[in-house]
Amino acid sequence: MLAKALTALLTVVAGIGAALLLYWVLNWISERLPDNWEHRIKPYLFILPAFLGITVYILYPAILTVINSFKDNFSRNWVGLTNYRTLFDSTYFRGTLFNTLLWILIVPAACVIMGLTVAVLADRLSPRGEKAAKTVIFLPMAVSLVGAATVWRFIYDSEPKGSTQIGLLNALLSIFHKGPVAWLDTSTYHLNSLLLMVILLWIQVGFSMVLLSAAVKGVPVDTLEAARIDGASERQIFALVVIPQIRGTIITVFITVTITVMKIFDIVYVTTGGNFNTDVLGNQFWTQISTFFNYGAASAIVVIFMIAVIPIMWYQVRHFRSEEAA
Amino acid sequence: MTDTATTQAAATPTPKIRRAATHFDANPAKAGWITKSVLIVLCALWLIPLIGTLITSFRTTDAAANTGWWSVIVHPSTLSSLTLQNYKTALGGTTDMGQAFVNSLAITLPATFIPILFASFAAYAFTFTEFRGREFLFLAIVSMLVVPNYVAFIPILKLYKIVGLSGTFPSVWLFHIAFGMSLAIYILRNYMSTLPKTVIESAKMDGASHYQTFYRLVLPMSVPALASFAIFQFLWVWNDLLVALVFIGPGSNQPVTVALTELKGQLGQGWELTTAGGFVTMILPVIVFLALQRFFIRGLTAGAVKG
Repeated sequence: MLAKALTALLTVVAGIGAALLLYWVLNWISERLPDNWEHRIKPYLFILPAFLGITVYILYPAILTVINSFKDNFSRNWVGLTNYRTLFDSTYFRGTLFNTLLWILIVPAACVIMGLTVAVLADRLSPRGEKAAKTVIFLPMAVSLVGAATVWRFIYDSEPKGSTQIGLLNALLSIFHKGPVAWLDTSTYHLNSLLLMVILLWIQVGFSMVLLSAAVKGVPVDTLEAARIDGASERQIFALVVIPQIRGTIITVFITVTITVMKIFDIVYVTTGGNFNTDVLGNQFWTQISTFFNYGAASAIVVIFMIAVIPIMWYQVRHFRSEEAA
Repeated sequence: MTDTATTQAAATPTPKIRRAATHFDANPAKAGWITKSVLIVLCALWLIPLIGTLITSFRTTDAAANTGWWSVIVHPSTLSSLTLQNYKTALGGTTDMGQAFVNSLAITLPATFIPILFASFAAYAFTFTEFRGREFLFLAIVSMLVVPNYVAFIPILKLYKIVGLSGTFPSVWLFHIAFGMSLAIYILRNYMSTLPKTVIESAKMDGASHYQTFYRLVLPMSVPALASFAIFQFLWVWNDLLVALVFIGPGSNQPVTVALTELKGQLGQGWELTTAGGFVTMILPVIVFLALQRFFIRGLTAGAVKG
C-alpha cells in the first residue's frame, strides 16, 4: 500500500516536473535566438505544447476515424459508403438517431429554463438563503455518473408485483394501489428516455444556473428603474428588459449544454445499456466497437455525429466573434 | 454584522448599494411565499436522491433489500439498526477503495495541473501577443470542444501499445490533458482579455520579458479563472469512468469509479455496499467544490458574461 502510494506520488511529481521543464527548455531556446526572431517565434513556442496534445489526441484520431468509416470492420479494405448505407437502412439505428434528437430538443431548453428560474427566484432571497439554495442545486455536478446511476436507482427501481417496493416512485404508486411500473423498461411515449434525461438535468441545471444568475445580476439597475417609471409590469420588465440583456449568456449556456447532450453516453450506458429503445449515438458507437467489433460502422457513426455538429460549431464561432466585436 | 449591513442597504432607496437584482414585488429585498415554496420544493427534489443514498449506505443488507430507505424515517425505532459496516467492507474488502482513492489522486492531480500550465501559456500568447494565424488557430481550438472523447479511444489505444504506455497512470492523465485543453484555453483566454491592457503594456515599457509579465502579472491576476477551470477538470477527471476503463481497467491501478463498478458487479453484494462506496467517491469532489465555489463562479462568469 505504502509502496504503491509512493510510486503514485513519484509519477505525479515526474509528470508535473517534465511539464515545467518543457517550458523552461522552450524559453531557453527562444532566448538563444536573435532578438527579432525571439519575438516572432515566442508566441508559437507558448502555444506549441497545447497544440501538440490536441493534434495527437484529437485531430489525428478524428481524421483516422473519417478514413476508417469508408473501410470494413477491421479497417482493411475500402468499402465505399456501405457502412453508412447499412446504418441508415436499419430501423434500430434510425430509432437511435431519433432518440438523440429528442435529447437535443429537450435537455438544453429545459436546462436553460430551469436554470433561469432558479437564478431569478433565488436572487430574491436573503444572501444566505440564496447561497444555500444555489449550493443544493449545484451539488449534483460533483457526483460521478456511476454515482448518479446508483443514486437514481432508489427512485426508479421496480420490484415484482406484490413485494415491497424499494424504489421511491413505485412506493408512491403502491400507496394508491397502482403499479408497479418498470420505469426504465417502458418506452411508451419515450417515457424511459425522458426519465434518463431527468438524471442529466439533475446534474446540469446547476451549471446553467450559475452562469445565468451572474448574467441576471449584471443587468444594470437603471434600465429596470426606467422601465418601472414608464409603468411596465414586473413580468414585462423580465421579458422585455432582462431577457434581451442576458441573451448572450443564454446562447452560451444553450450551446454548451447542447454539445454535452450530443456527446451523451455514460448515463445510457450505466442504466439501460441502450435497451428498451433508449439508445443514443454515443452508446451505439460503443456497442459497435465493444460488442460487434465493427470499427467501420462505429467510425461512420462518429462521422455522422461530427457532420451534425458542424452547424452548432459554425453558430458558436459566429456568436463568439460577435461577442468579441461588442 | 453582515446582517445589519444588508438590511440597511435594502432599506435605503439607493439601488446601487444593493446588488443589481431583478425583482417582481414592491419590496425587492423580500421574496414572497410563492418564491420561497417553489425554491424549497426544488431543493427538496434535488436532495431526495442523495438523502436516500446516504441513508441506505448505513443500512444492513437485509433491510436495504426488503424495505425502502424512507422506512428509517417513517419508523424511527429502526434507527438503532443502522451500521458503519458497509463503509468498513467497502474500504477494506477485496475491492480496496482506499488504494483506489490513492490511484484516483495519482491520475487527477497531473491531469488538473498540467493542462492549466499549458493552457495559460497558450492563452497568454493568444491574448497579449501578435502573430500570424492567431485568430484561425484559436478558432481551431474552440471548435475542438465538440469532438467527443470516445473518438480517440481506438487510435490512442493502438498508439499506447506501440509506445508501451498501456495500463499506466500517465496513459490516462495524458488523455485527459489533451481533452481538457480546448476548454482551458477558451476559459482562460476569455478571462485574460478582461484584464486591464494598460498594466501589461506598462510592464513591457519597463522592460519586462514575456516570461516575467506572465509569471508576475498575468498568472496572479487570473487566479479566479485558473481555479474555475481547475475545479471543472478535477470533477471531470475524478468522476470519469470510461477513459479509466479503456486505458487502465480493473486491477491494482484502478481509480475509484472503476472500483465502484467492480463493487456493483460482485456476487451477492447488495445496494448498501455500492452506496457506501459511492459516498467514498463523492467526498473529495464535494469538498473541493464547496471550498472553491467562490472562485469557480467568478472565473467562469468573467468570460461568458459581458459587462
